[in-house]
Amino acid sequence: MTDRAALPSAHRPSPAMSVLLKGAPVLAVILALLLGALIIAAVGVSPLAAYQSMVKGAFGSPRALTQAGLRAVPLLLISLGLTLAFRSRIWNIGAEGQLYMGAWVAALFALSFPNLPPALMLPGLLLAGFAGGALWGLVPALLRAYLGANEIVTSLLLNYVAIFWVSYQVRLPMKDPTSFLPQSAVLPAPASLPVLPGTRLHIGVILALVLVPLIAFILWKTPLGYRLRVVGSNPDAARFAGIDVPRHIIIVMVISGGLAGVAGMIEVAGVHHRLIQDISPGYGFTAIVVALLGQLNPFGALLASYFFASLVIGADSMQRVVGLPVALTEVIQALVVLFVLASEAFRRHRSRVMG
Amino acid sequence: MSWDNLLQAGFIISLITSGIRLAVPVLLAVLGEIITERAGVQNLGLEGIMAFGAFAGFAAAFATDSGILGLLAGILAGMLMGLLMGYFAVTLKVNQVIAGISLVLLGQGAANFFYRQIFGVSQRPPRIAGFPEMPIPLLSDIPYLGDILFRHNVVVYLTVLLVILIWIALFETTWGLKVRAVGEHPSAADTSGVNVAGIRYACTILGAAFAGLGGAVLSVAQMKLFTENMVAGRGWIAIALVIFSRWHPGLALAGAVLFGLADALQFRFQALGFEAVPYEFLLMLPYILTIIVLLAGGRRGAAPAALGTPYEKE
Repeated sequence: MTDRAALPSAHRPSPAMSVLLKGAPVLAVILALLLGALIIAAVGVSPLAAYQSMVKGAFGSPRALTQAGLRAVPLLLISLGLTLAFRSRIWNIGAEGQLYMGAWVAALFALSFPNLPPALMLPGLLLAGFAGGALWGLVPALLRAYLGANEIVTSLLLNYVAIFWVSYQVRLPMKDPTSFLPQSAVLPAPASLPVLPGTRLHIGVILALVLVPLIAFILWKTPLGYRLRVVGSNPDAARFAGIDVPRHIIIVMVISGGLAGVAGMIEVAGVHHRLIQDISPGYGFTAIVVALLGQLNPFGALLASYFFASLVIGADSMQRVVGLPVALTEVIQALVVLFVLASEAFRRHRSRVMG
Repeated sequence: MSWDNLLQAGFIISLITSGIRLAVPVLLAVLGEIITERAGVQNLGLEGIMAFGAFAGFAAAFATDSGILGLLAGILAGMLMGLLMGYFAVTLKVNQVIAGISLVLLGQGAANFFYRQIFGVSQRPPRIAGFPEMPIPLLSDIPYLGDILFRHNVVVYLTVLLVILIWIALFETTWGLKVRAVGEHPSAADTSGVNVAGIRYACTILGAAFAGLGGAVLSVAQMKLFTENMVAGRGWIAIALVIFSRWHPGLALAGAVLFGLADALQFRFQALGFEAVPYEFLLMLPYILTIIVLLAGGRRGAAPAALGTPYEKE
């Protein structure tokens, strides 16, 4: 999996180039939306009407803005972890499963200790969510570090195992006996994330926002951040420089899995207030795109996660108003990444031609 | 339903028979990816290509009432996705991991979008006729073996034929030699006059055509309908099996049949209401088995040396 068509970390673009680079994601989004418009027109719907309903649905009311904010939280948490992993070229594609396991362990914790005071409950939930996701991230990490198994494939396949595991949990051992649906009992009151006064936003939003500068700090100001940038840009040099690569893989997978687990905890404790079967509408996969669109930069991930959350919220109203299937957002997301990739390729080509 | 029933000959025969049938879509994707990766391109987009192939195949079979046209549509859908992958991997020389993952999203999104747009959402999804069983005369009358090997639809026989054809093409022909040279040592191949970019494009498109066909077999010949998420990780399982197979069609056949058996076991246990084990654990079985098989395949030692690396002319 070595390639020289490297991620931004490997490049040192000139100041003028780096402005261009910052603009590339915006250009990619615009191009993806234009191509999306062509697809919409091709199925006989007016793109203008479709995008109007999308924008209105995503930004037209305070409620929509809050909804998008809440949707952005899991995307941001996961993509921050993936930013660290992808920077080291550790391809964790298992965030979806790590989210499910974090959600499960957090729900189990809250239901097992229903009488904890909030001062203990909330840190406990955080730890439980992190631990669930981290352990699920640890499996592909160990397989990769010591048995050489491709972490892309193993982490991806473990998603299915985690999703079925949660299905089983809410159908049998953890099922709410008073409900027909496969879901756990409602979590005890102290396990509900406090809501910010006067809003519908829970404190998970604050947590995610605090993590943005923290992850940036780790990335650029700590030995770990240095190591992961070295491992990412040149694994051989990393080994030569005495970096314990297997240990590094494990640390990075634990952090990125743990953050996905925290996202799962927040969905349980902040949104649904119980463990449900389909706890995530594919956050783990969307977050991959978010991390890439954010140029593997924590602040970029912040912008990208809010943008994609708005896209999803807007797509709901697009489906209601003009009847276009929500799956269109997946197509647009994929096109965004492809355009980002293409713009980087063209930039590389240009810098080579111009010396 | 008890353990005794499981050991009866009838159960075992039908298990192996459907295991072979269920192995086909995955095997097709594995064969295609072997060709692609032998030429040095790693296409991780199989899951999305299969989804798009499944949709295109179903839509075409529904519209034309022809299973064959459905499969051809799946191949065409795969080729289009392969062309896109080739453009990004060979011409733009981008990170192939990221390009592959976005193909997954693109293929799944496009399949679901167009299906919903055309067929809408209904409780009873539209169905198609599929392919009839085609027992081979004489051979199908052999006790046990006849039932297991010679009473399948035409797609199963064709897939086995493809295993042999690709085996020969890769290892016994000049074309195969060029493909492997391009995957192992592109600069040497280039120097001796092989068109590296051309071969890589061809192998990426061919490989994706196989994955598209695999998806179409799933919808047209097996399920006879299209549902969202029907590929259910088979594209990723295929990538794991490529590693297990050590990039060889023969081992790919073995790996895919093993996966098919796990899948068949899971289906059968569910259908029989086998309650000793919760059905979610049975559903996990193929994925866990694939991970174990992947570990058995071992290190990347057998991988083409230039796998995933864009070739830049010096």
